[in-house]
Amino acid sequence: MDKALFLLFATIAIVGAANLLRQRHPIYSALSLVAVMGALAALYLLLGAEFIAAVQVIVYAGAIMVLFIFTLMLLNVEEEAATGRSRMARYLGLPLLFLLLLQMVAMLRQEYPVTMVAQVGSHAADNVKQVGNLLFNQYVLPFEVTSVLILVAIMGAVVLARRKS
Amino acid sequence: MVPISWYLVLSAILFVMGAAGFVFKRNIITVFMSIELMLNAVNLSFVAFSYLLRSVHAQVFVFFVMVVAAAEAAVGLAIIIRVYRNRQSLNVDDIDLMKF
Repeated sequence: MDKALFLLFATIAIVGAANLLRQRHPIYSALSLVAVMGALAALYLLLGAEFIAAVQVIVYAGAIMVLFIFTLMLLNVEEEAATGRSRMARYLGLPLLFLLLLQMVAMLRQEYPVTMVAQVGSHAADNVKQVGNLLFNQYVLPFEVTSVLILVAIMGAVVLARRKS
Repeated sequence: MVPISWYLVLSAILFVMGAAGFVFKRNIITVFMSIELMLNAVNLSFVAFSYLLRSVHAQVFVFFVMVVAAAEAAVGLAIIIRVYRNRQSLNVDDIDLMKF
């Protein structure tokens, strides 16, 4: 049962990512990225990270992707021009990316044997409580610093996108 | 019973696909979305390790990654709007003022 769910959502994620790469129009890429994020939220639930799954849907799929699609509509983006990519990317890009993937997969297979398994429902029931405890005790300073970061980002976005008066 | 390594391999695949988008896509917003895809892949690794080590600390870090991604998206898209106003183009090949 777990395996079927994992395979289903992993397939959705990979197909979504492949569609992001394949589509020429950025709106379709953005929509397939939303599908990837939804599938990842389901995978987080399978791993027992309920809080992260909820935040993934609300912040990533809800807020960040809406911002992307809003910008795409605001700028009225047309299809991607099929210009020749740089020679370096054309000849070295794919081989190096495959090398990176093979390296990572080989390393992961060696370090994490298949005997280490994730069982759905075997995690602690109070995930949100644990995250909240950590966030407001041990990580309270980084938490407050991120609020300043958000404030600066808001002001930066306003200043950058403002029309010249 | 799903091996943890499957989650990690999925994360590696998504990361490489994000990197491929970063290298091959020409639209600057799609390039930006590829960065988001890479961040998501890393988050999946974090959550898988959080399960493996029975520790919630990694999930707090995922939370911070998401906060930084939100801030980055806001500022990045503002910069993209400004670039579009100045150059009437979103093709990364046209934005080469700082290219050596």
